[in-house]
Amino acid sequence: MSLKRELIFFAKIDEPGLTGIDVYKRAYSGYQAVEKTLGGKVAPGDVIDIVKASGLRGRGGAGFSAGMKWSFVPKDSPKPRYLVVNADESEPGTFKDRELMTKNPHQLIEGIILASYAIKANVAYIYIRGEFAWLVPVLESAIAEAKAAGYLGKNIQGSGFDLECHVHLGAGAYICGEETALLNSLEGKRGNPRLKPPFPAVEGLYACPTVVNNVETICAVGPIMLNGADWYRQWGTEKSTGTKLFSVSGPVKRPGNYEIPMGLPIRTLLEEYCGGMLDGYTLKAIVPGGSSVPAMLPSQLDTPLDYESIAAAGSMLGSGGCVFIDDQVCMVDLALNVTKFYRHESCGKCTPCREGTHWIENILTQLEHGEGTMEQIDQVYGICDMILGKSFCALGDAAAMPVMSYIKLFRDEFEFHVREKRCRVNRRRAELAPYREAATAASQV
Amino acid sequence: MGLSTKVGIDLVRLGKDLEFAPADQARVKEILARYPADQRASAIMPVLWLAQERFNFLSQEAIDLTARSIGVPASEVAGVATFYTMFHLDPVGKYVIQVCCTMSCSIMGAERVFAHIEKKLGIKAGETTPDGRFTIKKVECLAACGYAPMLQINERKFDERLDEAAVDRLLDSLP
Repeated sequence: MSLKRELIFFAKIDEPGLTGIDVYKRAYSGYQAVEKTLGGKVAPGDVIDIVKASGLRGRGGAGFSAGMKWSFVPKDSPKPRYLVVNADESEPGTFKDRELMTKNPHQLIEGIILASYAIKANVAYIYIRGEFAWLVPVLESAIAEAKAAGYLGKNIQGSGFDLECHVHLGAGAYICGEETALLNSLEGKRGNPRLKPPFPAVEGLYACPTVVNNVETICAVGPIMLNGADWYRQWGTEKSTGTKLFSVSGPVKRPGNYEIPMGLPIRTLLEEYCGGMLDGYTLKAIVPGGSSVPAMLPSQLDTPLDYESIAAAGSMLGSGGCVFIDDQVCMVDLALNVTKFYRHESCGKCTPCREGTHWIENILTQLEHGEGTMEQIDQVYGICDMILGKSFCALGDAAAMPVMSYIKLFRDEFEFHVREKRCRVNRRRAELAPYREAATAASQV
Repeated sequence: MGLSTKVGIDLVRLGKDLEFAPADQARVKEILARYPADQRASAIMPVLWLAQERFNFLSQEAIDLTARSIGVPASEVAGVATFYTMFHLDPVGKYVIQVCCTMSCSIMGAERVFAHIEKKLGIKAGETTPDGRFTIKKVECLAACGYAPMLQINERKFDERLDEAAVDRLLDSLP
């Protein structure tokens, strides 16, 4: 797989000992960007300008300009400022930040130092999902090494800039990937989202100016500051610059994380990088950006993987969680699976999301088990429409969009369920059958 | 009962107060030092983790201890403890087996793996074996979709594209 991994993040990601500072320094020119920027007394405002010029966009899903987000921090606020790294990677289909943090934690720490310097934050928190508890020692050891080497702590590289970095462990809540819910969680509250505005840049953590960025976004800052904005723009398109990590899952020959230049066709990712679908499996649907985005069809395989092209094709690039779905997967079953996830993860704060996801699950369960009616297909679609754009935060949209797209693109499968009272195809259930029979046999003994 | 929300959660009561050992009290101080002095509530989640590690699950007394150690109301701590799914409100087994059953894992056969574990251990989702060794849970995405199906046992991850034989080997190898 080495042939395609020679870009920014994955250049030497499998270098032995990379979690240690010495190997990081050697393999990735590690901490040179900090030395150059802080040691060279580059003005914080210039750091923001360089990141803005690079075109780097938020890799958590929204795709908002990182430099722009940083520039929203008020210049004259007397309050402390905070950088918060969103390491709550929870969007089903996404597992890129996990690999970055597991294998190359110093790249994240270096990005944190540069981003904190740019926004003049003296404290940074890494909010990491509870399920990644095993990663905390990896990050804390990187922080300790960076501190011992003079890259964290007081007067970093003689710049007069101080920074402390702490890891904060979540405890299982998808909603905490939403930045304002994450901030509430970090403040020791339930993870309910907050009303925006005020945006976190103005009133975030402890009501102080705060920037929240995804792990992958922050990891890109070091290389950009070391090599410049134009260097970063050599990859990608005019509006979607640089490289992006895509997490590929589903029945493909080589699933995993891939770093690709933005704008690469989905087909190239699937066929060349991942070796295509497993033998005997035919592609039926593509979910390009995590479970919350609308599905695409195999006829759209030539769509370039960049924010604009995927949006024009009716979906979203999201977090880059690319799920390839084969023709033996029942879309009613999959819609139910996705809905169960969002119903479970809805924080319960607002009615459309809390009650809507409940009712979608309820009706989809009836449809899945052959107890539904044709009217109920439209009813599910209608309930989704009542959530879309009307919930307090984006979780509601995330619940509604996939289900609406499955109904739109695969309505025949939903109708088949009503007519025939079973799945037209269902590899998963077919494989479950022996257990059902065994269970039935056991109960009859 | 509301349509989709749990109304009222009865916390388990042990009937006797819990205390942190001196080493853990020092740990609480370290945790508090990470946050501004006037933002003690930020320590609630980390101290709940510590309490869960020590006392297996979060009883009313573990929640009271957390509140006392930090200096915040117990009601606030209970609100947090009941929101996050990884905080156990009931006793759990030595090994908490969490099987991801979301999208990619589901497509790749997670339910089959889960059914196999249920059968092997003779318990259902959310239950604990009578000897207190295993608790099994169906959980949502664990961010290992490329290695599906996968599971996690306590804080250790196992994402080697599991099948029945691999699960057998894994469970039989646990001390």
